Amino acid sequence: MPQIIVEDLVKTFQVAERTPGLAGAFRGLVKRSYRSIQALAGINFVLQPGELVGYIGPNGAGKSTTVKILSGILVPTSGRCEINGLTPWLDRQRHVADIGVVFGQRTQLWWDLPVIESFDLLRDIYRIPAGRYEKSRDELIDILDLAVLLDMPVRQLSLGQRMRCDLVASLLHRPSILFLDEPTIGLDAVSKLAVREFIKRINREEGITVILTTHDMDDIEALCDRIVVIGNGVIVSDGTLANLRHKLRGERRLKIEFEGEPEFNEPDVRIVSREGRVLHLAYYPQAVAATELIARITARYRVKDFLMEHPPIEELIAQLYRDNDIDQSAARTRRQTGLQA
Amino acid sequence: MNSWTMYWRFVLISIRAQMQYRTSFLLSAFAQLAATGIEIAGIWALFARFGSLDNWSLAEVCLFYGVVNVTFSLADALSTGFDVFGPRFVRTGNFDRLLLRPRNTVLQLLGHELALRRVGRLIQGVVVFTWACMELQLEWSPGDIGLLLFAVGGGIGLFFGLIVCQATLSFWTVESLEIMNTMTYGGVQTAQYPMDIYQPWFRKFFTYIIPLACVSYFPIVNILHISDPLGSPAWLQSISPAAGIIFLFFSLALFQFGVRHYTSTGN
Amino acid sequence: MSKTTNIFELLRAYFAVISARYRTLLQYRAAAFAGFVTQLFWGAIRIMIFAAFYAVTSDEQPMSFTMVVSYVWLGQALLGILPWNIDTEIAEMIRSGSVSYELARPLDLYNFWFCRTIALRTATTTLRCVPMFIVAVLLLPALGLDGWAMQLPPTWTALLLFLVSIFCAVMLASALTMLMHVALIWTLSGEGLNRIMPSLVTVLSGNIVPLPLFPDWLQPFLNFQPFRGLVDVPFRIYVGDISVAAAFPDILQQVFWIVVIVLLGRWLLTRSMATMVVQGG
Repeated sequence: MPQIIVEDLVKTFQVAERTPGLAGAFRGLVKRSYRSIQALAGINFVLQPGELVGYIGPNGAGKSTTVKILSGILVPTSGRCEINGLTPWLDRQRHVADIGVVFGQRTQLWWDLPVIESFDLLRDIYRIPAGRYEKSRDELIDILDLAVLLDMPVRQLSLGQRMRCDLVASLLHRPSILFLDEPTIGLDAVSKLAVREFIKRINREEGITVILTTHDMDDIEALCDRIVVIGNGVIVSDGTLANLRHKLRGERRLKIEFEGEPEFNEPDVRIVSREGRVLHLAYYPQAVAATELIARITARYRVKDFLMEHPPIEELIAQLYRDNDIDQSAARTRRQTGLQA
Repeated sequence: MNSWTMYWRFVLISIRAQMQYRTSFLLSAFAQLAATGIEIAGIWALFARFGSLDNWSLAEVCLFYGVVNVTFSLADALSTGFDVFGPRFVRTGNFDRLLLRPRNTVLQLLGHELALRRVGRLIQGVVVFTWACMELQLEWSPGDIGLLLFAVGGGIGLFFGLIVCQATLSFWTVESLEIMNTMTYGGVQTAQYPMDIYQPWFRKFFTYIIPLACVSYFPIVNILHISDPLGSPAWLQSISPAAGIIFLFFSLALFQFGVRHYTSTGN
Repeated sequence: MSKTTNIFELLRAYFAVISARYRTLLQYRAAAFAGFVTQLFWGAIRIMIFAAFYAVTSDEQPMSFTMVVSYVWLGQALLGILPWNIDTEIAEMIRSGSVSYELARPLDLYNFWFCRTIALRTATTTLRCVPMFIVAVLLLPALGLDGWAMQLPPTWTALLLFLVSIFCAVMLASALTMLMHVALIWTLSGEGLNRIMPSLVTVLSGNIVPLPLFPDWLQPFLNFQPFRGLVDVPFRIYVGDISVAAAFPDILQQVFWIVVIVLLGRWLLTRSMATMVVQGG
């Protein structure tokens, strides 16, 4: 039974054009011109309950627009969207009562209040019955280790501490879906791991559907069963990471550390980069078997150590953009007109 | 949880948060007391020189002055959320957070802050009003008191409605709205004096479009037990503050329209 | 650093602020129009209130009603000159503490900031006063509302003296605004002072009620205090209430206070910068 259905979602924005400089300002007094920007050009996907989906794309591709529509605070130009049987923007209060949203950059907590009071306020706002609230709150505080922070005003927290508190805040009312927008941005390594662990846990144990938008590929690799890639307002890929790797050329990586720095020249293999005695190589498993390649190299050169690895996810994505003619600079221009996408 | 219980919770928290910055609050309140005090000093000076304002005495004018200042300061304190709506919620995108909560946005904005520093204007309004009452030796029947409360209530509705309109406008334009300040502060300035001294077109605007006269002039004329120079009947004077409440409802409807626009264009 | 470079720097500071302000004002045309309507509105209210005061009185008043009408319109047109606000960039510089980098040359800093402040005080006014004058001087009589219209100065000399006096008023207002800037350095709750000062200054300048209309026993004090140089002196020269002969000592008085307040500002700035060194910036 699908939980989230998105069908042919289109969103067009009208942006006023401003000519720069003093002369432009005088002209702007008389005439204003507008430009249409299509943030979403018809996207489709279906999510089952309990999925953990990574939603990625360059800035300006349409990620934030999608999340805003799914959370019910933006009305699309056309298309259909159904979440838990409701249309988000038509049934706002009912819909948002069952979702949690965390923005990486902005907190939903009250700046001057102690953390615990923010939680209590949210209990009132979400009308959570007292017993259920205390149980959720205490469990979440325990998992994320927040007991010492509870009496501190939010403005005194570090970024990592604030993010953990925001995660608790977003789950107090036990939503069935959690939207996370750049949750690990700016966090130190320890906090990042804690946040990732937490997301994985609530997804596995509570069955909460999670939609994660992020630029951090380590997040994706660590968490997501499924990756949806959006570029220029359309979905360019939707499937597992393995699937993605398979779809694209399927190049495999080999990292070899040599004794000494030999002149390296081998057929069927290209050099990606070189750092002194360490060579990063790439080859096609269809063209040459890994075992054969390794045998050949160790026969000809003195090899100290080697490591087989997949190409980093950034390269996969970059290639995906290239293959789909997604111009990252065009997306950047969209961003500069002040649109969040 | 009941909406009003939640509202009271917000108010208490707002008060506590403001008390954290006690010096700033006292300074603000005092500054406002000083600023408004200077205004009444100006009026006093003019009366000292001219003797009367077109047949109205200083005490009578002070009655109008006191009522509108009390009314406005209360509305001002309640409507802070809407007053800062443009810069604090729309421009920052924080309004999204309100939309993501399963509660009415108006209620959430009401609960944003109860600005205690407005007490500066409130205090001098009460003082001036009290002086005027004593000077005029007014006798208060229950009907008079009821009408006074009705007038203040209607006035709060009117000024609150104006600030809601200002907030609604911020959905469309980024720049802050001097025109609405004209209506609010200009309205206060206007209602400090009895309406009959103004030109007909001006009076009509502040009676039929922004019903300022309905929440100050007409009820006060009734309380003073004098016949209205403008000729309004007594029964009309008793019910006219309702116009302020009606105005508020219109403003809130306009605000909802603004919210729909916001969610369609994505700010 | 040579003196000529300094002057260019100052001019550049002035034009930078003017240009930025103009651009903001012109870009937000709804706000610009709204601001204009606001001023017309406030002018109308004030005139009606004064009309009601003048209506019943039969005594001779220090200023005639016609004069008061022109006075009010002038006040609306030139409202931006009054020291109501401060330069936000300077405020930010002080709040963030980066002003401590200028410790070496506080007096140059004063000049630099002063030029920015002049621009702040004149930007809105130069744009707004043209449409205001058109409406108050030309449009109102055309609509048959002669009694409400703004008159022109009685003589050419009066006009000339008015322009000189307004120039002094701008300088005085800038010097006062500079005091508010320095107050921010001096104490972090100089903000408190800056909130009370504008109201006080506005009343004593004669912007709310023309000073001659205040009680007679207050006149000696009012005639001496510095703030009358902001509104009272130039406006009353314009409407002819201050005769040409009487104008000269009044303008000199403006200059006197400009010098005093500038010197005060410079002294305070140097002192507060020095305190900053002691406190560690």
